[in-house]
Order: sequence, then structure tokens, then C-alpha cells
Amino acid sequence: MRAFYFYVSSILVGGLFFAFARWLGNDYLFFAGYTVLQFVVLATAWNILGGYCGYVNFGSAAFFAMGAYSSVALHKLAAGVDRYFPESLVGFAKLILPLNIPTLIIFGGIVSGLVGLGTGYLTLRLRGAFFAIATLALAVVLQTLIVNWDFVGGSRGAYIIRPGEVPILGSYIQYLFLVMLVLAVVALAAARIIEQSRLGYGFATIRDDEMAAEACGVPTLKLKLIATTMSGALMGMAGAPFPYYIGYLEPSSAFGLAYAVNSIAMPMIGGTTSWVGPLVGALLLGIIQQIATVTISSAINLLIVGLLLVGFVIVAPKGIIGLVQDFMRERASDKGQPTWRSRLAIFANMRPGAR
Amino acid sequence: MAEPLLHVDNLGKRFGGFVALDGINLAVQPGERLGLIGPNGSGKSTLVNCMCGTLQNETGSVRFDGQIMDGLPANKRTHRGMARSFQLPRPFVTLSVAENLRIPLLFTAHSRGGRHLSKEETENRCHELAGLVGLAAKANKLPRDLTQVEMRKLELARAMAADPKLLIADEAMAGLSQSEVDEIVALLIKMNERGVTIIMIEHIMRAVMAFSQRLVVLVTGKKIADGPPQEVVGHPEVIGAYLGQ
Repeated sequence: MRAFYFYVSSILVGGLFFAFARWLGNDYLFFAGYTVLQFVVLATAWNILGGYCGYVNFGSAAFFAMGAYSSVALHKLAAGVDRYFPESLVGFAKLILPLNIPTLIIFGGIVSGLVGLGTGYLTLRLRGAFFAIATLALAVVLQTLIVNWDFVGGSRGAYIIRPGEVPILGSYIQYLFLVMLVLAVVALAAARIIEQSRLGYGFATIRDDEMAAEACGVPTLKLKLIATTMSGALMGMAGAPFPYYIGYLEPSSAFGLAYAVNSIAMPMIGGTTSWVGPLVGALLLGIIQQIATVTISSAINLLIVGLLLVGFVIVAPKGIIGLVQDFMRERASDKGQPTWRSRLAIFANMRPGAR
Repeated sequence: MAEPLLHVDNLGKRFGGFVALDGINLAVQPGERLGLIGPNGSGKSTLVNCMCGTLQNETGSVRFDGQIMDGLPANKRTHRGMARSFQLPRPFVTLSVAENLRIPLLFTAHSRGGRHLSKEETENRCHELAGLVGLAAKANKLPRDLTQVEMRKLELARAMAADPKLLIADEAMAGLSQSEVDEIVALLIKMNERGVTIIMIEHIMRAVMAFSQRLVVLVTGKKIADGPPQEVVGHPEVIGAYLGQ
């Protein structure tokens, strides 16, 4: 029943925003909304590994970029079917290419998921700062590979001419917004399901004490691989439509510091122990950054993120959700009748007295 | 004599140039209560870690319930019925007491029973385990709200939740008062009466003597004595190791 409310409320909120933006007739809202939703997906993906398992990933931008560049590669393939495919396959290639955005998202997810799996294998024995450094190194290695891969534009970057219109909706950005909205709901649903499942408990034990987890029968290595793969795949899925959104993709923008920093800051500010945290953090920071971009300058965005992160680490290290949990723990008694606070806590899986 | 539940054969472990375990042989019978003692640095915890898979032995082998355990990770050994508690309690700090007990139930109960427990069965078992160690009233509390003795009890209950054939209690009474030590000894004996074989590693001799049916003594990575507690404590080498000669 709780899942039903979750899906209905997600679709309602997204649908209302979509209708409102269409009613205003201003495409900027869709551009801004797309960016915010993209950060919801990235923050949620980061939180699967960083929040649930306690493995801090500084290489989010690399997973995001792998998704984006997988779309660029497929776009290039579609543009040069005669050149890149043997004669016997040209007909088939022309039939399936160019791929639509949902298929590109799946493909981007597979590519980044595999990169995540590989990262997991290579860093199985690393923890804490060492794991974080390894993910940072991964981002540098992958960026170097992309810079030197001419097929996807190398350091020059690649232009993607997106279609001007789509059937029914009309504007292509509205279509991209809807796709990202669905992806955000999927990411949040995945995080929510994980959190309430056996897998989520396994992740929590890895975060708290890996040796004790092993002693309790938790297959920590296997679960870490699942987490790195899932987190990577979701980040790649967030990146796959990006070339169609931005129109021109270059390595320095795809692997930009903003993605890595925001992916970490948003869950940290929102709270890492629940799926609600990354959502709250991404909405808060994403909207503030969008407002700052149009009122001051986009150059100030990282400064805002940095200041907020420092502030939250000092004042509320468990994030906004941590503050809410403490508030509810004081009020919502285990013995008494359920209150609106305890109902909210159960809905958001923020059980008082527990995680 | 019955086939031993645990058979440690010529076990060896080094840390660089330091020999932590040197050819340890040990056989533990099903249902037995074994005490394992030795001065600090004698290799007790290393032996436990090698048996449980936290460390991998370099020589020799560990056979448990008729199966070779060498090379298996700790979680697989737990699945096969070998559970342990830690010298310093290691609860999952963000999970409540009940959730701490739920973890082994979620990850091991199916491995021998062949199926996952239903939600209701899991809750009932959690409740039963919390009751067994007297933590039922604190089932929804976080570990930080527990006292030292309650933390030790949680550690033992969590090990029991894996439904083990062998429980290794590594210094489960360190830092406790006399009455608390008695509580833990009684609890371990109760667990043993339920059919669980127990190895108790301990420094508190009163507890060791009250609990053990057999006593093994390690000194500098070697086994120097193995036998009935009263005989072992009178062994000249054991007295020498503890009092110095």
C-alpha cells in the first residue's frame, strides 16, 4: 500500500509540474527541471554505494560521462552506418538506428553498470579514503581514454543535432524532461525497494562494520559488487540523454567537477540513510543552483554547494533527514498510537530509533 | 569416539617474521564446552580468526562438520554453522537491537534450512533471541543505548541468530563485573544445553573453570596443554606461562 502511495504521489507531483510548465509556455522550466531531475537520479545513484554501503565515490562524473558517451558513440554509428557496418549488416543497422532515448538510457546503464562492476572488482579490498582515491583515479583514466578516442570527438567534443520536435508533445525538451522524470521515479523506486529489502540490510551492515557483517553471514564482496554496479548503471542512465539535452558534449563538461561534487553534496545535505535524503538534497541544491544561474551566474553554483556542504557538516552531519529523524524520535513513541509523524517516518522508511 | 565437529590440523599463521600460530592441533566434539586460554599475545584471537575465516591460515587445515573450510570466506563458514562473537562488541550501530538480530536470520537461516524465513517467522525468532538474552524490552533501541553487559549479550544473541552448530565466544566477559560474568556464563551454558558446541576464549579463570568441560592452553602460538580443567591448571608449563619461571 505504501508503495502505491509512493508511485501515485511521484507521478502526481511530476505530472503537476509538467502541466504547470506547459501552461506557462516557457521551455526554460523544462531545461531547469531536467537538470534538477538529473541530479535527483545522480544523487540517488551515489547514495546506493556511498550512503547505504558507506563507500564514498568521487568518480560519479565518470559513470555519468560513460552513459553520455555511449549515446554519442551510438549516434555516430547511426550517422555513418555505411561506413561502420559490413555490407551484410547495413540493412539491419539502418532498421534499428538511430536508437530512441529510452533505448539509449538502457544502453548507457549497461555500459556504466559494467564499468561499475569492474571498479568494484578492482577496489574490493579498498575502503575509506583509499576507495575514494581509486574512484577519482578511475575518472581521470576514463577521461583520458575519451579525450584520445577520436570516434566520439576526442578533446574537440561532439555535436549532437537533436530532433526539433517529437510527436504529441511537440517540443523535444519537454520529451527529455518527461524521460528524466520517469528515470528519477525509477531511481527513487529502486532505492526505496533496496532500502526495505534484504539487500538494504546487507548494505547497512557493510556501512556499519564489514567484519561483523561477514561473521553474520553477509556476503559482503558480492553485495559491494551489486552496489557498485547498480550505482554505476543509474549514473550512466542519467548521463545517456545528456548529449541530446546539451547539444555539444566535450570531455571537460561530461567529466566536470560539478557532477562529482553535486552527487556527493546532495545526499550528504539531504541525508544518506534514506531514499528521501538524496531527493531532498537534489531538489534543494538543484533549485538553488538554477535560481543562482539565472539571477547571478552559474559560476557561483559550486561555491553555493561548498558553503552549504560545510554548513551542514558542522550543524547537521546527518543531513536534513537526520534532523527530521531526531525530531521524530523525540515525539513518536514506540508504545503510543501512531501519529502523523510516525506514519510519515514509516512511509519514508525513517523508523524512529533505527536507521 | 564420534567424528569431531571441528578439527584443526597443524594450523600455522605468520605476520611477517612473527609466528602467531605454530602447528596447532585441536579437535572439538559436538556438544562440547571448550575453554581456550593463554596469556596476551599467545595467539587465541588469531586462532579464532583463522577458524572463522577472518584470516586465512598459511599451513594446516580447518575441517568443520566434515568439510574443509580452508580458503572459504567468513560468511560461507557462518552459513555452514560456525558463528562467533567479537572480543570488542561490534554491533551494527545504525540498526536497532531487533534489526541486529535479524541480519543473521536474513542471511544464513535459508542456507541450511533451504528456504528464507517468512517475515513473521523472522520477527518471532528475533523476539525469542532477544528474550533469551534479556533484551526483549530494548528490541527497538539502538546499540548506543545499551550498557556494556547488554552489548555483550547482543553480540552473543546475534551469533546465536545464525543458528550455529559451533559458537566461538571471544572474551565475551572482558570488562564485566562478577555478577555480569555469572550472567554471561549462565547464558553460554543455556546455549550449550540447546545443543550448540561452544568454544570460550577467556582470561577470567573463575568463568573458565565454571564453564569448561575441557581446557586448551596456548602460549606464544603453541598449544602447551589440553585436558580436564583441574588437571590443566595444575600443569607446570601452564603455571610457568602465567606466573613466569
